[in-house]
Formats: sequence, structure tokens, C-alpha cells
Amino acid sequence: MKTSVLRGLLALAFALSVWQAAVWASGVPPFILPGPARVAESLWSNAGLLAEHARFTAANLLIGLAAGVALGGATALNLALSPGARLLLRPMLIFAQAVPVFALAPIITLWLGYGAPSKIVVVMLVIYFPVTSAFFDGLMRLPPPLADMAQLMRATPLRRLLLLQLPSALPSLASGLRLAIIYAPFAVVIGEWVGSSRGLGYLMLMANGRGQTDLMFAALITLAAQSLALFALLEFAVKERRAPGRHALPASRMRREAGNPADASESDHLRP
Amino acid sequence: MTAPGLSLRGDLWLDKAPLLRELALEMPAARWSCLLGPSGVGKSTIGRLIAGLPGPQRLDGTLQSSDRAALAGRVAFLAQDGQLLPWADLVHNVTIGTRLRGERPDKARARELLAEVGLEGLESRRPASLSGGQRQRVVLARTLIEDSPIVVLDEPFSALDAATRVAMQDLAARILRGRTVVLITHEPLEAVRLADRAWLLGPEGAEAMSLPEAEAPRDYRAPGTLDAQSRLLARLHGMATECT
Repeated sequence: MKTSVLRGLLALAFALSVWQAAVWASGVPPFILPGPARVAESLWSNAGLLAEHARFTAANLLIGLAAGVALGGATALNLALSPGARLLLRPMLIFAQAVPVFALAPIITLWLGYGAPSKIVVVMLVIYFPVTSAFFDGLMRLPPPLADMAQLMRATPLRRLLLLQLPSALPSLASGLRLAIIYAPFAVVIGEWVGSSRGLGYLMLMANGRGQTDLMFAALITLAAQSLALFALLEFAVKERRAPGRHALPASRMRREAGNPADASESDHLRP
Repeated sequence: MTAPGLSLRGDLWLDKAPLLRELALEMPAARWSCLLGPSGVGKSTIGRLIAGLPGPQRLDGTLQSSDRAALAGRVAFLAQDGQLLPWADLVHNVTIGTRLRGERPDKARARELLAEVGLEGLESRRPASLSGGQRQRVVLARTLIEDSPIVVLDEPFSALDAATRVAMQDLAARILRGRTVVLITHEPLEAVRLADRAWLLGPEGAEAMSLPEAEAPRDYRAPGTLDAQSRLLARLHGMATECT
């Protein structure tokens, strides 16, 4: 853990020095490319301004994420439970995935106005599809031995879903969430670019227009920090679940063991 | 629970290809019937057929229980591995059937049965922290709590080492007494030790095998057991050479 932090810091220091060296060597003026020192100074002196806009962006990001994940999760569960819903909704989902949702941002802004709701809806729409499809795939891939067991034990469809399919699909849901966390900041910034008077995306656009390139970079770094924090949070949650003896194992491991008896016999000893 | 006998007659098809022709398997009630044969001959297909599990198999004939009642809901199926819930502790694993049907799980009974299969004190463990033999013990406990009169064992112990396998055979023989068991295996010793009736499955169909006089589970050191084992092994060896 400690060495990985050190390595990260080293990589960061290297990137910053390359950046600074590029600025010095090329001699570009700061309004085209400010050096890291200048950006850091801007981060410091505009901390209040950045924090205010970051709050707006973060709130929309989180609400949109939560709503999108909830909606996507509910859709996937419904699709897994009901063949009728699969028949009706799946073609629509596949078609909707082909639509670049980012391109809908202007119309959503037209419908919902310049405030927070339009940003939340853009985030929600963008992450809805990856979450739904990853989770749904996981739900439909119950390992065959468990599917056999459910049938022999005369499981009701709902209980089969909740007690067997859902826990086995958690690793797939985690991949969906990873995608969602990557897409969500894009979505919120695009929502703000289309029309907003607040948020980091708006601040970037405004700073760019006024030639305050250092502030633009400062806003960008703040946004990146938000994404990284979200990602770290998810990784932490997933790792907690995987901790041996405490929480779930990923289903992939279970499938491997089911499929390969050699693995099982090799592990034929007590683990501490 | 009175265990019925099973009668399986007819041709077994896999998709559009015939797999085993003119089967006539009469499996006695509350006894162990064993299907022995090389891999790929269709043993597991018969197991899935009896358990009513989905697959490409089709029986052109009849599968009946001696009491004429439907088989659905009365068959337990035990395979090699992978049927435990990796995220749940052993008590939860044993009681999963009741949960899946929306009944109240009987945790006390689950602990009792876990103790009976020799897993006392491990109730709150998860399957990943158990050995292969211990995992199969959990599955046995789960089969017992389901109280199915018919149990299909599809190569249940083939992933285990030899000593563990013998111990598990003894445990299974003791614990499944009174049930109609269909044991599917490619291991001659397993068949000879446990079967009350046995068939050798080959490309030509099913052939009834003669077994030693002694009561199952038979001593693996007894001359009769060893003799029967070597005869079966020779037959299987012959089949393997024919096929290659």
C-alpha cells in the first residue's frame, strides 16, 4: 500500500516536471498553456470559487449517478424476472444504446431548463444503459449448477432472482458501476456546457472565454479529483465485499471451480 | 418418506442422435443403482433425465417410479462441485431450499445435519474455506434437509483424493440409507463398493454387472471387491482401446 502511494507520487512528480519543462522549452505564453506552478497558484487563490462550483457539479453528479444506478438496477431486475418485459424492452434498450445520449443534452436542456435537473437527467441517461446491460447480463448468467439446484428445489422466480441471481451478478454490477463512474463526469460537464450558470463545466467554459487558462486547468483538476475520489470509493467498496471469509467471492471464481475439478482438488486443504 | 423404485426403458437421444438404445434399467426402491461407464457414454445424461433437468436429452420410452407418482420435486441431484453459494455460510447453504420456496428455514435442523456429516463447529464458514470433501459433506447435508426420496449422484466424489473419496463413500452409504440412489461414476471401485445393482454403459448399451455377495458399502480390501473391480477395469480398458 505504502509503496503504491509512493509510486503514484513519483509518477505525478514526473508528469508535472514534463509539463513544466514543456512550458519552459516551448516558451508558450501562459494564456495558451500555463505551467503547473501557475495552475497551483490559481487553484489556491480561487479555492472559494472552485469549491462553490464543484459543489453544484458534485451534487448533480451524485444525484444523477444514484438515480441512474437505481433505475438501471431496477430495469435489469425486471428484465431478468419477466420474459414479457424482455420481449418488449430489450429491443428498445439495444436501440437506445446506439443513440449517443450526449447528443440529447441540448434537447434535455430545452425541456428542463438551465438548472440542476437537466444535468441530473443527462448523467442519469448516460449511465443508465451501461449499468442496465452489465447488471442484466450478470443476472442471466447464473452458473449452471445453481440453476439446476434452483429448479430441483422448486424455487419461485422472485426468490431465485433475489437469492441466487442477484448475488452472482454483483461482480457484473460492479463493472457496470465502473463504467458509470467513468461516463458520469463527461455527462455532467456536457450538460453544463450546453447551458448553465454554475458548475465546473460552466467555469471552464467561462475561464476559457476570458483567457484565464490557469483557472480552466484548475477547474479541470478539481473535476478529475472528483472522478478519482468516486472511483476510489467504488474500488474500496468492491474490495470490502471480496475480503476472504467475510464477504462474497466473485462469481467468476465460482464458475472456475465449477468448471474445473482439478482446481477443487488442488485446493483440497483447509485454509486459515 | 418411502423411496420408490425407478424404471427407465427405451432409447435415449441427444438432440437428433441416438445415445443409448434399448435401455431397460430397473432400479430397486431404497437401494443403490450404479451406472458405470467411460466419459461421454451418456451416464450424466441419464442422471439429468431422471432429475428432470433441462438439456438436449430426450427419452423415447418411459421413466416411471414404482409408486406411479410424478418424479418432479422428489429428486435431489449431487454433482461434482460448484453447487454451493460462495457468498453464504454453511447453515444458509443447507437451508437454501426452504428459502427458495419461501418457507421458514429450520436452522437448528441444519446445524444438526451439519454435525451428522461431520462439520460441527464449521457452521459459520463459507464454502471457499472448506476442502473439496467438506464441501461435498455440505451438499449431503442439504440433500438430507430437502428429504428427497430419490437422490442422483453424478460423479459426486471424483474431484477428491482417494482416501477422502473412500471416507465420503462410507458417509454417503450411511447417510442416504433408505433412499433410492442413482450413482453415476466412471470409477470401478466406487461402483463395486456402493452398488446394489449396477450396469456397465458402453456404445452397445447397458449391460447388467455381477457384484460381490457382501452388503454395500463393501470393504475395498475384500478379495471379492478387488476381483470385481479388476474385471470392470478390464472391461473399461477394453472399451477405451476400442474407441481410440
